[in-house]
Amino acid sequence: MSAKAKIEITDVRKGFDTDAGRLPVVDGFTLSVGDGEFVAIVGPSGCGKSTLMNIVSGFEKPDSGSVLIDGAPLRGPGPKGIVISQHGSVFPWLTVRENLMFGLNGKGHGDKAALADHYAAVVGLKGFEGSYAHELSGGMLKRVEIARALVVKPEILYMDEPFSALDALMNLHMRTELLRILEEERHTVLLITHDVEEAIYMADRIMVLSPRPTTIQATFHVDMPHPRKLSSPQAQQLREDILRALGL
Amino acid sequence: MSGRRLGRRLGRRLLLMVPALLVIAALVAFWWWLVVETESAIFPTPWQVVTGALELAQDGTLWEHIGASLFRVGTGFLLAMLVAIPLGLWMGWVSGAYITLNPIFQMLRPISPIAWIPLAILWFGVGDVSPIFLIFISSVFPMIVQTTAGVHTIERRYLRAAANFGVSRAVLFRRVVVPAVLPQIIVGMRIGLGVAWLVVVAAEMIALHSGLGYMIMDSRNAGNRYDLVIAGMIIIGLIGLLLDGATRLLERLKTVRWRYVR
Repeated sequence: MSAKAKIEITDVRKGFDTDAGRLPVVDGFTLSVGDGEFVAIVGPSGCGKSTLMNIVSGFEKPDSGSVLIDGAPLRGPGPKGIVISQHGSVFPWLTVRENLMFGLNGKGHGDKAALADHYAAVVGLKGFEGSYAHELSGGMLKRVEIARALVVKPEILYMDEPFSALDALMNLHMRTELLRILEEERHTVLLITHDVEEAIYMADRIMVLSPRPTTIQATFHVDMPHPRKLSSPQAQQLREDILRALGL
Repeated sequence: MSGRRLGRRLGRRLLLMVPALLVIAALVAFWWWLVVETESAIFPTPWQVVTGALELAQDGTLWEHIGASLFRVGTGFLLAMLVAIPLGLWMGWVSGAYITLNPIFQMLRPISPIAWIPLAILWFGVGDVSPIFLIFISSVFPMIVQTTAGVHTIERRYLRAAANFGVSRAVLFRRVVVPAVLPQIIVGMRIGLGVAWLVVVAAEMIALHSGLGYMIMDSRNAGNRYDLVIAGMIIIGLIGLLLDGATRLLERLKTVRWRYVR
């Protein structure tokens, strides 16, 4: 890991008010992510993963604790870290090309359409630049979303169960695609998932969360070269260890 | 698209219209039979209605009436759109505007436009302005309500994505809010235009010297020409259908199709 952390999360706490009083959701979460590192956070459903992601990406404020990006306090969401979520947010009223150009609103991007088309090609959507969302399949939409994030050259990708709405085959396919793309442009990635195999397949480091109120209860380093084989004894052993940490 | 495929699609569409046309034919036949059976002296047969309408079409007065009604609807509706869409967007976006203005509009909305007729005559006399005002009043509220509701129902994930990319407020409004609301605005336009067409005929029955509403009242008053009354009614129905069809064409725009597919 590099000496200076890209993302520095220190003792973050967050709760919500309910009829029965304050419900703590995140309970002292501390994590440091290095530049270019791929960290996966795995936890049981309803443990507060998405709340955590909202805090780290700047959409919600923690009750206490701090989030530093490149050493500076996080003030809110911005193009430095793009969120790719489960539900997808490709604008259905724009074409693929227009979606990709959406984030390129400043100057100094050169030929925006050409840049958009380049990233459409990177994710394998050449020929669909003029299509609308309702003309595309679920897997293609996910690619549009990834391309739209990549085109603004974000330093961090926040992925909140990015592929869970896809069918199993497309899910496997998109993992490989994503790794291929990340190979070309080294982003820092924070992946939140409930899919242990997805985490093992892609991440450098896997953090296992406890049930709510959530905190890190175990850390696993994945020292395996890509492309990884999930059927290898090492991966199988890791999977079992993680599942045990999750209480399964 | 090949000519053959187009032909087949057209054929299938015509086939879908057959049941509706059969019902209309049955109704006309029943009407005809009823008039003949009761030997009514006043109520016309379908054929008398057709010849009456042709008569008016030939001497040109029918077109004048249609033109006058369409002009009033067009002007009133356009003014309503110019007011309702910006106002609706503003009320949807700024909660202070919504809290302040919504109760007033909700109170004015259920008042039938017909109730405004005496005031319209008082304020604007019996010229073209009165019916235009009534059309404005009748179509502005539904369009405001639909536009505001459209802003309120924009899915959060789209607003979040826009915030994530750090776009300016102007871009957010132009590229996200307005296109997201556009399908609802079109629904509002359909409702508004429908009400506007209803109201123009009612408004023209009161005074004035032209328009389809006037034509109906005048035909009755000037010699019980019930054939022209019914011709006027049918023409109003047909034009209403065409107006609705025209606004429905807007739903085919590429940028709003997403809302209507699935």
